[in-house]
Amino acid sequence: MGYTVIEKIIRNNIGKDVKAGEIVTVNVDRVMIHDIFIPFVASKFEEMGFTKLWDPDKVVLIYDHLVPASQVDDTRHFKVGNEFAAKYGMKNVHRSDGICHQLMTEAGYVKPGNIVFGTDSHTTTYGCVGAFSSGIGYTEMASILGTGTMWVKVPETIRVEINGTLPDNVMAKDIILKLIGDLGADGATYKALEFTGDTVANMSVASRMSMSNMAIEAGAKCAVFTPDEKTAEYCEVTLTDKEKDLVGDADAVYCRTITYQAEEFVPVCACPSNVDNVRPVSELEGTEIDQVFIGSCTNGRLEDLMAAAEVLKGKKVAPFVKLIVTPASRKIYTQALENGTMKILADAGAMITHPSCGLCCGRTGGILTDGEKVVATNNRNFLGRMGSSKVGIYLASPKTAAACAVAGKIVSA
Amino acid sequence: MGKVFKFDKDVDTDQIIASQYLLFPTIDEMKVHTFESLDKEFASKVQPGDYIVASENFGCGSSREQAPSVLKALGVKAVVAKSFARIFYRNAINIGLPVIVCKDLYEGVEAGDEMELELTEGVVHANGKNFECTKLPAYMQGILDQGGLIASLNK
Repeated sequence: MGYTVIEKIIRNNIGKDVKAGEIVTVNVDRVMIHDIFIPFVASKFEEMGFTKLWDPDKVVLIYDHLVPASQVDDTRHFKVGNEFAAKYGMKNVHRSDGICHQLMTEAGYVKPGNIVFGTDSHTTTYGCVGAFSSGIGYTEMASILGTGTMWVKVPETIRVEINGTLPDNVMAKDIILKLIGDLGADGATYKALEFTGDTVANMSVASRMSMSNMAIEAGAKCAVFTPDEKTAEYCEVTLTDKEKDLVGDADAVYCRTITYQAEEFVPVCACPSNVDNVRPVSELEGTEIDQVFIGSCTNGRLEDLMAAAEVLKGKKVAPFVKLIVTPASRKIYTQALENGTMKILADAGAMITHPSCGLCCGRTGGILTDGEKVVATNNRNFLGRMGSSKVGIYLASPKTAAACAVAGKIVSA
Repeated sequence: MGKVFKFDKDVDTDQIIASQYLLFPTIDEMKVHTFESLDKEFASKVQPGDYIVASENFGCGSSREQAPSVLKALGVKAVVAKSFARIFYRNAINIGLPVIVCKDLYEGVEAGDEMELELTEGVVHANGKNFECTKLPAYMQGILDQGGLIASLNK
């Protein structure tokens, strides 16, 4: 009997065969803690009686939700984080380099086959390079910091196979939104998503990242792509035989297989206020909007900004629409400056912000009020997420979002 | 017996406790804002020993451990739902808030009804009926019995 990709990653980690359903203790390769939860992790860590980190080099602390600080209280989190890092000898601290999920792969903290946990639910992102990664709470994080281990139930896997060529106005975001709509918000709860097929093989690592990032919105524990030459280049590694073998076996057991033909995808939006409330853009055309947000750990990468720039080139944002663009990291910001993307966006009327989580979680900037509507490329449209609980958030791809910004209403790219 | 507070499906952690309150220094300062976007009066109405009964996918969304923590701090005795989102479920067990799956209770009670959960037996008594729940796996029951993950690690 064969193995799924996740079964293979866990098997390689603990050195013995595993099957879905078993509860095992894994050795954690890396952890990520972000600014918003560091005070809680720090106090739980000491409450548990630990006096040192299991391995300071495996711990990454990233300030992204609160930078730059917008309230006086926010700065307490940086103070606690800095003190914790100094006290326990942590070197991997990023204070303004970008959004945690972008940095974890971009800065080389996550490699194919790794097992990684983070204090953010979108930690599923690192499956884009063939890692098993998942979000946990701060009490469990404190426990890993002391022990280097974590118990997990080996998840069952839903296999998602996509073949063919995507239409020009469709992006990876449309695929993952369609899948979440089909699965429902709890359709993959406790399970792994394994993506395969030639469409996925032809995708950039950045596009794969948009998809693994949102797996949690269907409840998934993790999402994984087989590492290939693109992964190796992105991660600056040479794949070992074990890493090349992170392919779902033909005789592996899947709890479900879903197959899509790429040509059949259309641009979609997740409508207020559930991510699984997915409808084709064509059914929403004409809906008037007040704001557009292009950015976040879901869609703030260079290819996303370039896709938006292609739509916006030589055009102007509708006068009553505020377009806000947030690159996912400083590196992306610089690349987009150097290749002219930022100029196109700024000329079209975009407000460009520093890389951070502020807009996506409604903490800093871009807040909306009752009755307003926003088309946004981030990953959640929950009630009250970007302002008052009467704001309508429509999640879409960067291409769709850019086209909407020009039209001042929902339209297809 | 405790009173039933009833919630629909897909209640996300932003609805349980919104992002803007997560940085309050203590759970006690946060807890007055529990379920604010759904029911402004919830925090003042709920009494220690009351229960939350929900449909599917309770606690979906972000990893914030403050979500189960505010419920526990308000004295909610347990959350009984048709199903839970995974991070909320783990967090609740780790902080010592009982969470249990019951497929039939949601249809069997109304908001304001009285009910009692017998956690170890996995059964709810309400409106003169017994509702069978899915018993917790022994590993998690062990953590809960000891009062959460910290207490269990310190043993």
